[in-house]
Amino acid sequence: MTQFLSLLLNGLSLGAIYALIALGFVIIFKASEVVSFTHGSLLLLGAYSIARLSEPLGFLLAVLAGLAITALAALLVERFIINRLRGAPVISLAIVTIGVDIILLTELIRRIGPDILNVPHPWGGESVRIGGIGITQNRLIAMIVAGVLIALFFVAFKYSSWGVAMRASAEDGETAALMGIRQGRVSALAWVVAGVLAGVAALFLVGSPTPGVSSAVYATALRAFPAAILGGLDSTGGALVGGLLIGLAESLAAGYQEQLLFLGRGFGEVVPYVVMIAVLLVRPSGLFGTKELTRV
Amino acid sequence: MSEQTVSRPAGSSRAGSDTPARSGRAGRGPGTVVKWVLIAALLVFLLVFPLYFDEFWLRTGFAVFGAAIGAIGLNLLVGTTGQLSLAHAFFLAVGAVSYTYISGESGGLGTRAALDGLGLPPIVGMVVGVLLAGLAGLVFSPIAARLRGIYLGVASLGLVFIGVHVINTWTPVTGGFNGRAAPEFSLFGFTFGNSDPQLWVLGVPFREAERLWYLGLVLALAAYVFARNLLRSRPGRALQTLRDSEVAASVMGVNVQAYKARVFLVSSMYAGLSGVLYALSIGSIAPESFTLVVSIQYLAMIVLGGLGSVGGAALGALFVTALPLLFQQYADVLPLVSAPGQGGVSAGFAARFLYGAAIILIVLFEPAGLAGIAQRLTQRFRRGRAPARGGVATPPPEQPGSAPTPSDRPAQGSDTR
Repeated sequence: MTQFLSLLLNGLSLGAIYALIALGFVIIFKASEVVSFTHGSLLLLGAYSIARLSEPLGFLLAVLAGLAITALAALLVERFIINRLRGAPVISLAIVTIGVDIILLTELIRRIGPDILNVPHPWGGESVRIGGIGITQNRLIAMIVAGVLIALFFVAFKYSSWGVAMRASAEDGETAALMGIRQGRVSALAWVVAGVLAGVAALFLVGSPTPGVSSAVYATALRAFPAAILGGLDSTGGALVGGLLIGLAESLAAGYQEQLLFLGRGFGEVVPYVVMIAVLLVRPSGLFGTKELTRV
Repeated sequence: MSEQTVSRPAGSSRAGSDTPARSGRAGRGPGTVVKWVLIAALLVFLLVFPLYFDEFWLRTGFAVFGAAIGAIGLNLLVGTTGQLSLAHAFFLAVGAVSYTYISGESGGLGTRAALDGLGLPPIVGMVVGVLLAGLAGLVFSPIAARLRGIYLGVASLGLVFIGVHVINTWTPVTGGFNGRAAPEFSLFGFTFGNSDPQLWVLGVPFREAERLWYLGLVLALAAYVFARNLLRSRPGRALQTLRDSEVAASVMGVNVQAYKARVFLVSSMYAGLSGVLYALSIGSIAPESFTLVVSIQYLAMIVLGGLGSVGGAALGALFVTALPLLFQQYADVLPLVSAPGQGGVSAGFAARFLYGAAIILIVLFEPAGLAGIAQRLTQRFRRGRAPARGGVATPPPEQPGSAPTPSDRPAQGSDTR
């Protein structure tokens, strides 16, 4: 029972990190109709920058710089590539983000090499126990920060003028443009927000129990894709639910590995994709995604 | 953009002065003659290639042939039908693993685990590998057919990870983490290996590389011709309509689900064959040969070549496959590229930078890819040449009516099947 609860808690904390990434993914999709395959390498960029800068700048400044770098990279991608392709088919847009991803990821992997870069989190690798359930401090803080950020985001999304503008342009871009909403600005801001969220996720993703920044972080980041798809690509609430579900599933599958041995070692890493395919079989637009209607 | 639906009308309306060349529907003018001469020259070049080039080039060539088959298959799915799929590496893996399992021998793998194998003739392994890959595609197609556009892209991503996990886990069949050697190919007693029977052609020893070159050439040509014919046939038109609008397609009487399932079947069979050739070309299979990177490489090939163009896919395969190998071979001559372990940019990385950038540039500036560039060049060539031939630019009045004829024909005769 204790093991189960512990897995549950750890799964939720991992899920909170996934939710941050998936949320960025969904925001980008809503604002610019792009499925950003760049997201994995953006996250790795954030992690790498934080790890490299924390030596000269100290932890706090390095984190801020890392977030700024990730956001800037996202902004550049939006300004120089996505914005020029407004109205292009969704597949072309997805492919162009894959192109960016190839370049960015190749450069980062080249720089990181086989090393594992350490991020000196001030909270270190210690665990805390809550009623007999163990969780690393890093994950606990991640859960709190993610919760606060997500709540902030939802409030902003609902009430701030940016949120209203974004929802309007996601609903009907042309009408929103006629109402004086600047699509380019909405889209750029969405990419920046997504970049920041990815940066925050990166900060916690490379902390304990993960050993540090290595090229394997990219694979972890990719597991947020199923989270976004699972919840429904155009649903911010779905991203949250999807992230938590994926985190839970992964943590449980990894925890009960011994009982699941017939599925092979390391099945936990594949579980997000299995869950995603299973959900999509039943609900092709994800749990909370809008069903595409075709009017003839 | 498919060559045949676009090129004919565009070619005939733009090159207005080119009346003689357009006179017959099949185009028996000088332009076509040039085209056929070029094709024949290319074929002859490919046929005599092994007589003049050494093993490195032949091996590279074989890898390119294999990749071209896979790229043509993916292009049918992504370019022609508009179904973004990142699962191609998975289907490649199905083909490669099936071939290795069916034609491989049982035996020990060091001290760790025993390998199973059916030991059947390689040609059986190849055929069954292709069929099993097709079957895998068919099994996935109900999911695929329900998913719209981008959802499919990400869902197919999952298949790749599941595939790699299975290869890692299912050691008796796949060799697990360390992989296993792929059996040599042979056809009715003729082995595609180094010996047995010794073969000399025009004083050149025909060893494994030379033999495989011809195998790859024949298979790639067959794959090319099949895809071209498919695109020109009724199903091909149906697939293109599907890409442009599913609603329109279903209104026209195209069974959307059935066609999606079929194109998945065909595309994954291509991938299966490509996987078999890959196993032959490397000589072994391992989990890292079928990761997401591979799927992305195939996507890069068809984007660079030009979505929907069969020839473009082959060109893209040449570019993406040969580039890292060439960089590796000439690392010491090329600027900026360095041998592995020397700091600078290694060959594999350099190639990836290059095709990553190429993807972005192509999508931004030339969505029709290399095929589009080639087409524009030939058009310019024709236009530039026409006045020199003495042809006065007199657009005949019947031209607007005559232009759509070729593309309309199949649709009119479509109710008799």
